[in-house]
Parts: sequence; structure tokens; C-alpha cells
Amino acid sequence: MTVAITAGVLVAGAVYLFLKREMLRVILGFVLLGHAGNMILMAAGGTSRRAEPFGTPEEPATVADPLPQAFVLTAIVIAFSITIFMLVLSATGTENDDTTDGANDPANGPTDSADGTSQPRPARHGARTEEHP
Amino acid sequence: MIGSLLALLVAVPLVAAGVLMMTGHRPRLHATVLLTILIGSTGSSALLVYAFADGGAVAHGVGSWPFGIAIPFAADMFAALMLTVTGLLAVTCVVFAIASRKASARFFAPLMLVLLAGVNGVLLTADLFNLFVFIEVMLLPSYGLFVLAAQGKAALRQIAGARLYVTLNLLTSTIFLAGVGFIYGTAGTVNLAELAAAAKADDTVAIAVLVCLFALGIKASIVPVHGWLARTYPATSPAITALFSGLHTKVAIYAIYRIYAVVFDGDTRWLWIGVLIFSATMIIGVFGAVGAGTTRSILAFHMVSQIGYILLGVALFTEAGLTAGIFYLLHHMIVKASLFLSTGAIEVRYGTGTIGQLSGIAKREPVIAVAFFIAALSLAGLPPFSGFVAKLSLIIASVDAGQIAAAVVMLLVSLITLLSMLKIWSGVFWGKDEVADGGQLGTAPVLTATREKTQRVGALLAAPAVLLAAITVGFGLGAELLLSLSQTAAAGLADPTAYIEAVINS
Repeated sequence: MTVAITAGVLVAGAVYLFLKREMLRVILGFVLLGHAGNMILMAAGGTSRRAEPFGTPEEPATVADPLPQAFVLTAIVIAFSITIFMLVLSATGTENDDTTDGANDPANGPTDSADGTSQPRPARHGARTEEHP
Repeated sequence: MIGSLLALLVAVPLVAAGVLMMTGHRPRLHATVLLTILIGSTGSSALLVYAFADGGAVAHGVGSWPFGIAIPFAADMFAALMLTVTGLLAVTCVVFAIASRKASARFFAPLMLVLLAGVNGVLLTADLFNLFVFIEVMLLPSYGLFVLAAQGKAALRQIAGARLYVTLNLLTSTIFLAGVGFIYGTAGTVNLAELAAAAKADDTVAIAVLVCLFALGIKASIVPVHGWLARTYPATSPAITALFSGLHTKVAIYAIYRIYAVVFDGDTRWLWIGVLIFSATMIIGVFGAVGAGTTRSILAFHMVSQIGYILLGVALFTEAGLTAGIFYLLHHMIVKASLFLSTGAIEVRYGTGTIGQLSGIAKREPVIAVAFFIAALSLAGLPPFSGFVAKLSLIIASVDAGQIAAAVVMLLVSLITLLSMLKIWSGVFWGKDEVADGGQLGTAPVLTATREKTQRVGALLAAPAVLLAAITVGFGLGAELLLSLSQTAAAGLADPTAYIEAVINS
């Protein structure tokens, strides 16, 4: 139960952060969400009916399940590496860290930047995307 | 014997990637090794197709650990077909990347090799957690390739696309991981063979697996979670767009087919949801394409629409439906890559893919125009190309299964598909051989500068699109061969006993 509530609170925090515009907050949201995922994996091993892995009698039914722990270890490594990459992306290419919107949306193509001038910040970047090789 | 070699399809590219990393910046060596391994992987996958001609499956637990502890790799006809076609696409896209000078980036070859290892791993694994791991192995180099080989100097555009791409995929992977946790919690295993028909027997397991299927659905970009695709794919270089279109969403579709066939055992209770969602995917995708303004975003929206067709095969879950779906999947991967590469060749040479800034390309580039024309008609489903066979068999299958409405939707969507293919055709290829008046925004000088005769699309740049267009003609005229192979693959999905037994005895 404790694990379930913790996971729920973490997901709620993550969703709150995802709704922010800044890339950095979105990344922090992913840190929370990753932890929520790990909590779910740990709970899948049956934390309520099992004891700690060491120091207890070697009874397979009561010793902590090692498989979810291996899952979590793998998941932590993967989430960590992607978080680093996202931090790099948030620091590269521009002076502010806003996530994209319609004005510099790649799907709209370069011609749409004229429409984007009504929006103060992205318009400047919209103009910059016109540099073709 | 074959089984123990399956792991090589993953191991060899991984080791080669590591070695190439250490050799430093040697473009020629990298390109040679990369192409050798890609062709080797494709060739051995084609041998696998030959080996499974009569059905059956092989599996191997890595390290000969007992079943349940070992990491299982399994292959059957469906996996072999997918391995072959993804390998073929990787080869053609790499040739295109080399021709368009995107492959000279320092880590291009190692990243491609890791990507190949990830794709092969996803297609071969018989364990849901390893599926997650291999999807990540596939995605991590993709993030690198996305930024590395992005278009020109348009820094913000590529970063914006990459940000969306990475966050979306990380969110999806986390949902998938949570789903794997739920499955382990409810069923006590994540091995596909042990999970066989578990979701049919137990509704809690079914809900847990549906979380995983939902995550795969985002990756496959089905409506209503399709919005990311058309926003991210046009933001990178044409070669990478073609590669991702052939590999990423299709790998997710493969996993949906496999999981529904094995874990749900084709449970008929949920199929109506699939029919509903995938019909909506077809319609909304194609309407998105009507409103898009560049060649690649039109094609990306079409991908959404076509994914609806492909997944309808699994939502019918009759043997005819699965056959048609698998045939459609293979046909679509080839045709879509051909379209992305032919319009990409024009984009690379003329600097833009925006409708209205180009015209009369057909006169300057007859070869590319023919390749595009063939692939476009094939996508719309006109005979004698493979798209006709794919659509016809899918429509027959859905009528047989009593889904008349879905069949009508398919026919209507085909017409609109043709319409927006004509939009690209008349906007880019047809018309006078000159820059249209819309060529403002600084692109016009670029266009006039490249209008010298020497600057036409080179043979190497055109070859990948032409080769893939030729394959779609071949599959259209000689559809019997691929249809019978798809039928074998579908039989393996409709009755997954051979696959399950192979994994258990591995």
C-alpha cells in the first residue's frame, strides 16, 4: 500500500511538471516518473509478503524476489542515460529552454514563420530556421 | 543449431559498434564495415526466411541457462520476414545517407550498428522485459542519429524535433516499463512462452498487458496518440526519416502483433476496440495529410493512416486478416521508405521540400519522378503494384470477418490518399521547369544556384528510391511469393504453439 501511494504521488508530481513549458521542468518530471516506474516494479515483486534479501533463512517464498530488483537496476541505468541526453538537449541550440510550439514546428515548414511573428518569442527562432545549407 | 546463432544478429553489430568507436574518424573504413554487417544481417535473415518456409520456429536461451532464467531469443517466419525487410531498409538508407553526405559524421556508423542490434533484438526476443531493453537499445542511438544527421544549420528546428522525440519516447518507455511491472505482479513472469494465453484466462493480466499495448500504440502512432510523428519525422535529415519510418513504428507494430497473438491468444472480446481505433487512425491520418505543407510531413501523416490499415489485420484476427496485415506491413515499409528517399533526394539536391517552392522536377529528374510515381500509386493501392494486393486482400479479409464498415473506410481513405499523392506530384514534379513565385524567404537563391545541369540528383542518391520502387513492382506482379510467406507467418501467429514450444524447449 505504501509503495502504491508513493508511486501515485510521484506520478502526480511528474504530470504537474510535464504541464510546464520549460524543458528543465519536463526533465525533472521524467526523473519523478522514472522513480514511479521503479516503485511499480519493486511492488511487482511482492514487497508486502517478502522479507529483505539477506539475513533471513533461505526460504525462496519469503526472501525478496531478485528479478524485479534486476529490472529496476536496468531501468535506472537507462533512465539515467536518457536524462543526461535530455539535459544536453535542453542546454543546446538556444538561449531559452522553452519546449516547441506551432511557430517553429517542423511540420509547418519554413513558409509558416511569417504567421509566427505575432507571437513574441518563437518568432525570432522561426526566422532563424530559414538558414538552409 | 540455427537457434544458437540467433544471438549473433544482436552481438555482432554491438561488438562492431564498439570497435568502430575506438578506431576514430575513418569514414571509408566505417562505411565499409557498416555496409558489410548490414548486408550480412540482411542475408542471414533471408536465409532464416528460407529455413521457415514450412512454418515452425527456433529459439535459444543465451548461455544455455535453464528455461525461465536464460534470456530467450526466438524466431519464426514473421520475425524472419521483418528482419529481412528492416535489414534491406537499413542498407538502402545508409547508401542514401552516404550519397547525401550525412554519413560522414563521426559516430554515424557505430550508432547505426547499435540501432541495428536493437531492432534485431526487439524482433527476436521472447521476453517482455528484454523487449523494453532492446527498444531502448534501438532508441538511444536514434536520438543521436536524429540530432547528428539533422538538416543543415537549422539548429533550433532540429533541437525542437529532437526534444519532442526524446521526451515522447521516454514517456512511452516508462509506461511500457510500468506495464511490464504490472504483468510481473499479476502473472509472475514476463516470459512470452509462460504468458501464453494468460491474458485470455485472467482479466487482471489482460489489463496489465493492455498497458504495454497502449505504450506500443503510442510508439506505432495510432490515433489519438499520433500527433508526435508528423512533428518529429520531418525535423531530421531525409535519410534518417526514411530509416525511422521503416524501423521504429513498424517494430512497435510487430510487437503488438506478437503480444496479441501469444499473450491474448487472439481473444475475440477486445477486437472491436481495435477495429474502431484503427479505422479512426486511417481517417484522421489521411485528413492530416491533406492539410500538410511539405512533402515529408504529408508522407508522415500518410504513415499514420497506413498504420491503421496494418493494425486492422490484427484487429480482425482471422488467418486471412493476419496474412493481409503482414503483407501490408512489409509492403508499406518498402514503399514508404521509397517515397521518403525519392522526395528526400530532391530535398537534398534542391534544398526544400515545401509544396509550391518547387515545380517541374519531373523534367529535370525523370528517374526520381518515375520512382516516386510508382511508389505513390502503390501506396494508394493501384494495380499492378504491391499496394493493390495488400489493400485488396485486407478488404476481402475484413468483409469475410463481417467488418463491412472498416472495408468502406479503407476504400474511401485510399481515394484521399491518391488525392494527396497527386498534391505532391503536381506541386513538386509537374509544371514548368522553374522556381515558383512562392520561392521567397531566402530559399530562391539557393534554388537558382543549384539549377546548373551538373547539380542534378546523382545516381547513387537516386538508386535507393529506385531499388525500393522496383521491389514494390516486383511484389505486385509476383505477389504470390510474398503472400504465401505472409500466410506462413500468419499461421504462426494464429496458432502460436510452435513458437511457444520452441521457447520452452530452448
